Amino acid sequence: MARLIVMGGGVSGHTTATFAKKMLGKDHEVVVVTPNANWNWIPSNIWVGVGEMTKDEVVFPLAPVYKKAGIDYRQAKAISIHPEGKSDREDAYLTIEYTGQDKEAKTEELTYDYLINATGPKLNFGATPGLGEGTNLGKHTVSVCTADHAAHANLELKACIEKMKKGKRQKFLIGTGHGMCTCQGAAFEYIFNIEKTLTDAGVRDMADIQWISNESFLGDFGMGGLHFSMGGYAASSKIFSESLYAERGLDWIIGAHVNKVEAGKAHYELLDGSFGVAEFDFAMLIPPFAGVGLKAFAKDGSDITDTLFAPNGFMKVDANYAAGAYENWDASDWPSTLQNPTYKNLFAVGIAFAPPHPISKPMTTPNGTMIVPTPPRTGMPSAMMGKAVALSVVDMIKGKTTEPTHTANMSEMGAACVASAGKGLFTGTAAAMTVYPIVPDFKKYPGVGRDLNGTTGEIGLAAHWVKHILHHLFIWKAKLKPGWTLIPE
Amino acid sequence: MAEKHLGHIKPYSAQFGTMVPMGKQKFLRTCIIWQLFRFVAINIRMTILILKSHH
Ligand SMILES: Cc1cc2nc3c(=O)[nH]c(=O)nc-3n(C[C@H](O)[C@H](O)[C@H](O)COP(=O)(O)OP(=O)(O)OC[C@H]3O[C@@H](n4cnc5c(N)ncnc54)[C@H](O)[C@@H]3O)c2cc1C
Repeated sequence: MARLIVMGGGVSGHTTATFAKKMLGKDHEVVVVTPNANWNWIPSNIWVGVGEMTKDEVVFPLAPVYKKAGIDYRQAKAISIHPEGKSDREDAYLTIEYTGQDKEAKTEELTYDYLINATGPKLNFGATPGLGEGTNLGKHTVSVCTADHAAHANLELKACIEKMKKGKRQKFLIGTGHGMCTCQGAAFEYIFNIEKTLTDAGVRDMADIQWISNESFLGDFGMGGLHFSMGGYAASSKIFSESLYAERGLDWIIGAHVNKVEAGKAHYELLDGSFGVAEFDFAMLIPPFAGVGLKAFAKDGSDITDTLFAPNGFMKVDANYAAGAYENWDASDWPSTLQNPTYKNLFAVGIAFAPPHPISKPMTTPNGTMIVPTPPRTGMPSAMMGKAVALSVVDMIKGKTTEPTHTANMSEMGAACVASAGKGLFTGTAAAMTVYPIVPDFKKYPGVGRDLNGTTGEIGLAAHWVKHILHHLFIWKAKLKPGWTLIPE
Repeated sequence: MAEKHLGHIKPYSAQFGTMVPMGKQKFLRTCIIWQLFRFVAINIRMTILILKSHH
């Protein structure tokens, strides 16, 4: 009997574990190590952040789902990987520290045959002074990155609405809280949902709403922008995004590295080297992401964290990490099997794998500050990576092969993203975007880097319906309810 | 034709330098009948994308 351990019970890890268990059956063990008691459909946190959904509508407990599936669930965080075992033991093992199941703070060693890292991001609020301490959100701004953060953001928003109703103008600042952030899409959705909420509350005219981000142009999204086939034009996402902001009267500051946050003030540096201060009464600034800080040790106890992980804490996989400058980047730099090059029984999926380099062009201010959106690894590709790796590992466990049999390469797969611009059965709208491939391939698609047949964008009520249906579909799927395997990633 | 919803745009501001939707476009975005067609279209597009992306 082989044991597969999946670290992380989020979008990618849950997908990996549930598919692997379904295919392996009772003959082999699947263990999920994750510190959270609940699964969270993160995209709907946006609606929690404006009071359109409650926290309970976007989370559910993992324990009963894993029990039903026959998955061994450990509510714990992975601490260190020992891929060579230790002096008195050959088997590879993982050290975990419990965060629940009445074993809080207890540690345990779990041996494994295969280990998949799906630990997602560390929300690195501490990277910007005043934004927070370590992974904890500070007191000056709000966040929508977790369901609890979003519920708190909604309370702050409601307090601002009350002030506006009493005649006090309020300034809203939404965007990224550091020059190296990713996940602009989440902030993009939140600014439009805030705008609609204020409009519906009848206080839009009392609000100044401003966007701030590290993108060198609006609509970069950490993907170097994209072109949509629209009305006979290959229209840039810059125009698409600027149009959405202009229509709603939202101002924007772009190419900004937020370097300090104080009560009511965000200090920033721009790509041209100038400095500025954006004032706010309410700010939602996404923190930069890093790996969750897993360590790795060799048989003799020496620290081999650098062998397994890139300096940003994400796990090295089959990517080309030596591509160098932007001019040398190629679609083929991106990983396919997501297997660690040193230890073949280790894989990383979703946000946890180390990208070879950004997708957007890195830029540096005259003061030497690098400002570049880091690559997004959104829900759909994260889940697709999870499934591909599950299929490969299952084939390897069943002895069909010694090499991974499935791939999920971001330069060969597309992503569908439905960005909410406000909720409402008949009044809601969302931007439905498809992009193919996620990482531009300028050799295959000269000029724009993407297949214009597969890269589309439109805004409307239908996209909102899609977004709402996806909320229910993905929660259904994650709960492993009847037909869950038929719902695509 | 005066497009009232564009009244907030100031000349020479960043918002002035992009395209903005006019009445018909805005109407279609929440027109139920049109959006039912778009719903089908978006689903077809996404299904094709998913099929193209699985290896
Ligand atoms: C507000 C918001 C809105 C978004 N909206 C969209 C959207 O509309 N569409 C879209 O496609 N994507 C969206 N995304 C992105 C999407 O949520 C991510 O792409 C996706 O969650 C990544 O999956 P993951 O499994 O890599 O990470 P996660 O889903 O974050 O899962 C990581 C898991 O690892 C666990 N973990 C952490 N540390 C450890 C440890 N030491 N040991 C074990 N486990 C650990 C965590 O508790 C978590 O359960 C949004 C993101 C945010 C923040």
